[in-house]
Amino acid sequence: MTPVVSFAGVGLTYPGPPPVVALRPADLTINPGEYATVIGPSGSGKSSFLNVVGLLDRPTAGRYELDGIDVGGLKEADRTALRGRRIGFVFQSFHLLPYRSALENVALAQLYTGPPAREREARAAEALAKVGLSHRAHARPTTLSGGERQRVAIARALVNNPSLLLCDEPTGNLDSATAAAVLELLDQVHASGYTVIIITHDPNVAARGQRIITIRDGVLHD
Amino acid sequence: MIERSRLSVRDLVGEAISGALQRPSRSVLTMLGTVLGIGAFVAILGLTATAGGQIDKRFTALAATEVTVEDVGADQITHEMSFPADASSRVRRIDGVVDGGVYWPVPLPDPTLTGAPGMPGDGAGLTLYAADPGALAAMRPTVETGRLPDAFHTSRRERVAVLGPTAARRLGISRLDSHPAIFINGTPYTVIGVINNLQRLPELLLGVVIPSTTALSAYGPPTDAPAKMLIETRLGAAKVVAEQVAVALRPEAPDRFKATAPPDPQALRGNVTGDLNALFLLLAAISLVIGAVGIANTTFVAVLERTGEIGLRRSLGARPQHIAAQFLAESAALGTLGGLIGTSLAVALVVGIAVANSWTAVLHPSTVLPAPLVGTLVGLLAGLYPAMRAARTEPVEALRR
Ligand SMILES: Nc1ncnc2c1ncn2[C@@H]1O[C@H](COP(=O)(O)OP(=O)(O)O)[C@@H](O)[C@H]1O
Ligand SMILES: [Mg+2]
Repeated sequence: MTPVVSFAGVGLTYPGPPPVVALRPADLTINPGEYATVIGPSGSGKSSFLNVVGLLDRPTAGRYELDGIDVGGLKEADRTALRGRRIGFVFQSFHLLPYRSALENVALAQLYTGPPAREREARAAEALAKVGLSHRAHARPTTLSGGERQRVAIARALVNNPSLLLCDEPTGNLDSATAAAVLELLDQVHASGYTVIIITHDPNVAARGQRIITIRDGVLHD
Repeated sequence: MIERSRLSVRDLVGEAISGALQRPSRSVLTMLGTVLGIGAFVAILGLTATAGGQIDKRFTALAATEVTVEDVGADQITHEMSFPADASSRVRRIDGVVDGGVYWPVPLPDPTLTGAPGMPGDGAGLTLYAADPGALAAMRPTVETGRLPDAFHTSRRERVAVLGPTAARRLGISRLDSHPAIFINGTPYTVIGVINNLQRLPELLLGVVIPSTTALSAYGPPTDAPAKMLIETRLGAAKVVAEQVAVALRPEAPDRFKATAPPDPQALRGNVTGDLNALFLLLAAISLVIGAVGIANTTFVAVLERTGEIGLRRSLGARPQHIAAQFLAESAALGTLGGLIGTSLAVALVVGIAVANSWTAVLHPSTVLPAPLVGTLVGLLAGLYPAMRAARTEPVEALRR
């Protein structure tokens, strides 16, 4: 079985000056269907980890394979395509476009890598149904509650059927009741077969994972 | 192996339009400069063409083939004309001349014109003109009955007359088969023709015309109003004829004549509108620059405001050029829309002004059709820098918020 994420001595040092070691070289394997959480205090290197895994930044050391593809040697255009196709991002601040409906926001994820235009709406509607928001398909994000917004964002992350759902503090902007509902949804997404990584500083969130990875001063511990 | 990200033209246009329309009031304000600039360009060019069209309409072939020569050197005391006796045949020798001749109002203060000798005059208000056959021909007469005087009448100073319709009616002349006569201060003149129209100098229709040689020997040279020469030229020859006519008439004293050719229609159009247009076109260009700055500014602000969106799109697989294309297309959409609105308003304005003046609106497709594209170009130029900035935004930075 090919791991979804495979780190071999992957590290990230910001050049500075002064140089900052954000991720100490580490080995890490996330297999398909795993539900991993990454927890650490502020400044521990969580965002750096997310950026490397999410192909938003290049590691300065080691070899990173995503779905068995060595992404180190790829051109930027290929990394961008891979990011769009294989990784579904969920952000703390949702990043929904305020002037588009929930459905349009979900459909947007298919603009650069997805199927032809005529198939997009149906797929977006399907993804919205998965997160239980069919009835809000034509609502603007500004009229949605925080929990609903994050569910739209999760639908958007799922619409391209990614290999990895990468969530950065997905409940950071939500009250605890709404947060619980969103985590419930992420549990369901995992149960339906997705590989999920949640990055958080909240031990209660981290506890939902089958596998908890801690990060401190750039060092990863399983 | 890895299929690269793409952004179809259709999707790009869709994104651009929804981007440009997402803040309608801001977009309207942004487009204002472009609307004004392009509207002003189209309106000025349309109004110029429309006004020029009026000149074209008035500026018929008739006017374009007419040269008049004034006698500016007539003797102040003897009133002797500058025109030589053979003026007609001299100008006819100039290349491009169709016909021409001399005419003048006969210097008889209050002539009595009657239809029968001794009758009280009922010719009040009728004017007596002297004209040689060439001048009459150049007036483009329509003869109702009879004929016009010719070289025979002129050379023999025959006492013959041609009447306009008013004169004929007042003097009771309707048929010519009995060789009727009219009397000028009691002297009989045989009426040889009645004309009912003159395309040139229609004022002569109100009078009685006698041969120039007859008039000269009977009443002397013109005194108050000097003699003039009317020349008909071939189309396009008027200017050249006007340049040559004075020398042809009197090679030794050409400055005794002032020849007037019709103005060049192109120059005429330029005169009517030239200076003012330059000013307005300059103002239009300034509006257009302001319009471009407006679009650039709005697009730049949008790029800053939508940093998060840029980061999101990059995370969804957008390449830097897709981001650049999107913002460029948005600014181009704003420019195009501004151009379309400006063009529409300008066309409405030109048509409105034309209708109000009962003119024919003239809008050349070559100015109207490219106008919205000028808006597109303005938008593209304005979007260049913001789009570059947007493309350079690092996704990691953009997503940090
Ligand atoms: N672009 C950067 N340049 C230099 N240092 C950075 C940069 N981004 C993060 N760092 C540093 O790297 C370390 C890890 O940061 P980060 O990954 O953002 O941690 P976290 O997300 O857990 O707060 C911190 O010390 C931070 O100051
Ligand atoms: Mg962070």
